[in-house]
Parts: sequence; structure tokens; C-alpha cells
Amino acid sequence: MERQEQTRIALAKLFPAEPVVAAAVAAEGSNQEELPPRLAGVVSQDFARHGSHLDVLCHSEQVVAVAEIMDSEGFFLESIAGVDWLDKQQLEVIYDYNRLGGEHCRVTVRTLIPRIEPVVPTICGVFPAADWHERETFDFYGVHFQGHPNLIRILLPEDADFHPLLKDFMP
Amino acid sequence: MTVPVHLRHDETFVLNLGPQHPATHGVLRVKLTMDGEYVVKAEPVLGYIHRMHEKMAEGGTFAQFMPNTARMDYLHALAFNHGYALVVEKAAGIEVPERAEFIRVITVELNRIASHLLWWAAFLLDLGGFTPLLYAFDDREKIIDLLERVTGSRLTYCYMRFGGVYNDIDDEFITGTREFIKRLRSRLPRFYHDLVTHNIILIKRIKNIGIITPEQCRRYGATGPVARGSGISYDIRKNEPYSVYPEFDFDVPVFEECDSMARYMVRMHEMEQSLRIIEQALDKLPDGPVMGKAPKMLKPEAGYYYSAVETARGSLGHRLVCDGGKNPYKLKLRSPTFSNLSLYGEVAEGMMLADALAFMGSLDLVIPEIDR
Repeated sequence: MERQEQTRIALAKLFPAEPVVAAAVAAEGSNQEELPPRLAGVVSQDFARHGSHLDVLCHSEQVVAVAEIMDSEGFFLESIAGVDWLDKQQLEVIYDYNRLGGEHCRVTVRTLIPRIEPVVPTICGVFPAADWHERETFDFYGVHFQGHPNLIRILLPEDADFHPLLKDFMP
Repeated sequence: MTVPVHLRHDETFVLNLGPQHPATHGVLRVKLTMDGEYVVKAEPVLGYIHRMHEKMAEGGTFAQFMPNTARMDYLHALAFNHGYALVVEKAAGIEVPERAEFIRVITVELNRIASHLLWWAAFLLDLGGFTPLLYAFDDREKIIDLLERVTGSRLTYCYMRFGGVYNDIDDEFITGTREFIKRLRSRLPRFYHDLVTHNIILIKRIKNIGIITPEQCRRYGATGPVARGSGISYDIRKNEPYSVYPEFDFDVPVFEECDSMARYMVRMHEMEQSLRIIEQALDKLPDGPVMGKAPKMLKPEAGYYYSAVETARGSLGHRLVCDGGKNPYKLKLRSPTFSNLSLYGEVAEGMMLADALAFMGSLDLVIPEIDR
């Protein structure tokens, strides 16, 4: 519990009370009844149910700051996943962090970006593991990781001009 | 041993290793920039066996994706079955009978031994030793026969169901497994350690080769035997216990040397630990059904779910996003060797070509799992 609490406090510093921005995020997704919108910030959740202890929703420009905190707390990057929310016209990038031993603590970091201009800063500089995971997310969703040293196709052919995991992709 | 070498970048050449090279065990291509015998830069090129499993997951129901899971890591397919079953059961809140979880553990551990045996055989084949393969395949064949008996297939299993397993194990399987435990235990010291582990040629080839520091493991997200060979005691079966693993008494082998030999030793010891787990599971095997109550059409509550299991190669994660429908809205597979291979370029730099290949073998790559 100590580690979770420490990480939660460290992350919470990134989210000083920001009711104005948070309300804007909430309003954008308010027509979605399946996934109720959440304010940006850190929330502890039931590990047995969701498989992670902390759920962080941050703004796209904060992912590097979050990654730096995770790095200093001794976490490693487990994976990066994209999700296409077609009706909300948003893409979501999910970062999963975990620790190699010690107290068990998994952290999920999520960020929502507009679907027409999907740009997120790269965290390659913090975790080299992100290099391939970001390339994969770019490959499948077309998310542009700003500052990535080598943002090219990784699993699809190098001349592919499509992003197959977008919900409106037609082969 | 990695020797410091004066690299003359103006005289390098590019060597394509793969995609059809026997040492890559599948279709992996590594673009090597060489200065004579020394690797200046190693750049893995992926995707030659990419099949877009994640799109297939979104296109079908939850149950329809189960056969796909075995077609990624074809050496430890039951762990992929298990991981996917666990994440969907978590999302849909399905209870699994105890007997079913015991059978899952027994079959997954048998499969883990088979995977390590095949790795052992292929690794030594890479290093030029052919005979070990014959011993390893002899033992592996016994496991495959046992698993065929309960699962119905030899390699690409689709044995687990949401809420249990598809088939109960019978007395013949139990006696056969007990016999196998005895057999492997008697053969491990003679045919594995005396013949190979203590062999001076092997030691010369892999000791102090391919040093991966614990910090590199963390920065690149390396897990499994790669991390445990670098002194990191991290095994999901212990660190975040799932299924019925907490009921068994087993150790996590950890070696501090960080080299290819350490990774070799981790896997050799893991086989013995898996035997211990199987033995205890057979002793404690409870009676009861092997299938719990699960609805035919699953519609898990909308939300985010993550579940991890320990495969023979490391931490396998399933990131599942549900929108309340009958298909997975998003299923991301975090495959262990994808992350384990990503450190290859950094570590192989400055190695001799033959060492770089020995190092690649020690990572235990399964390409369809990287490419998905």
C-alpha cells in the first residue's frame, strides 16, 4: 500500500485543482452513456476487478511528465495501446506501467486526443521500451508521437498507407 | 567476450540476417551493420508473420478469439489460452471451479516444460550441437502425447473455456504425468546437465556473452527468464498470484550473472520447479466439475481490464477495453518477446557475429508472438 500511496501522491501533484479544464473534458464525452466521462486526475481502483491499482487520466501534453514520475518511482513500461472511440471522434492512448518486483503496483495512464489530429509527445527519451510500442500504435492507429526518432511502420509493410485498427478502416 | 574494438565506420557493410535464416527460428530479419566480424549496429525488422490478431479479436465474439490465442506463441500456447480466459472471466465476472483451475495449472506447466525443452534443443542447435535436440524432443514428445490426450491437439491448443476447461483429465493422464515427472527428473542430470550444461564448449560460447543489466531490463520492459537471468526476482506467478498458484510451494530461480549462461540456467531450473508444481497439483487435485456457469453470449460491463500471466518467455498482458457489446472493443496483446527483443540492438552492439547469434538464441524468441 505504501508504494501505491507514494505513487498516487507523486502523480496527483500533476493535477492541481483544475475544474475548468476537467469540466471541458467531461462535457465532450457527456453523450456517451456506456463509459461515463471522468475528470483528469488519479483514481485508485479495485485491482481484482480491473487489473490495475491506479488509473490516471491525463492531458496529452502531460504524458512525458507522467513517464518521468514513473521512471523515478522505479516503474517499467509494460505496453502502449490505442483505442479508437469513433462516436466521440477521439483516439485514446493507454500506457501500462508495472514494477519489476517489490510491492505490487500497476498503473494505467490514459490520454484522449482528437481523432483528426492525433498527436502525443513521445516518451522514448524516458523509456526506450516505448520506441517499438509507439511505432506499433502509429502503425495501427496513425497516432503521431511527436519527437520520436524513427516513427516508421513496424509490423505492417513499410509502404502501407492505412491504419487497420481504426474502426472505420475498410480493407 | 565483448572486446572493445576500434570501429571504422567508413568501412562497414550491411548484412541481412533473415528473414529466412535458421538461427532466427522463424521469419525475423535483423539488419546488421558490420565492421569485419564485429556488429556495429543491429536493427531487428519485424512484421514478416504479422496477421493482425487484434483486428480479428474486434471482429468476432469473445469465444471466437480463443483459437487465435494458441497461434501466437505456438510453444506455450496454453499460457496464451489461460491469459485470455482470465481477462475475459475478470471482465464478465465468471467463476471458475477449483478443479478446472488445477487442471489449467497442470497443463500450462507441462506446456512450459515442453517450451523450455524446445528452446534448449534449438538454442544448442544454433550453437552447433545436434545431439541434444534428440534427447529434448524425446522428452517433449511425451508431454505432447499427454496434452493431446486431454486437449485434442498437439500444438495449437484451444483447451480453455470461459469458466473452465473443455475436457476433464482421466486416470491415464494422471499416471502418465507422474511417470513423466519421474522420467524427466532422472534424465535432467544425465542427459541435460552432464552432457551439455557442464560442457566446456557451451560454457565458452555463452558465459559472459550478452550482458543485460537489470537497469536495461527495466528500461526496455524485459521480463521472464531474461529479467531473472539479470538478478531480478520477478515472476508473475509469485509477484501477482493468479489462478491457484499461491497454493503451491515453488521457487523462482534467479541468477545474478546477467549473461546468456544465466538465462540458460534460469530455464533449466524452471523446468524442475514446474515439475514440483505439477506434482503438488496432482496430489491436491480436488473433485468437482471442470466447467462453471457461464452465459453463452458474453456481454461484459463497459470498462478497462488488464490481466497478466507468466508464459515461458515472460509477462503476457491482455489489455481489454469493453463497451458493453458482445465483441471485445479493443484487445491489445502485450507479448513478452516483443519487449525482450527490443533491447537486442543496444546489447548486440560491439559483439562478434557468432556471439550475437548465441545471444539471440538465449532470448528465446518466438516470432509469431512478436508479430502477432
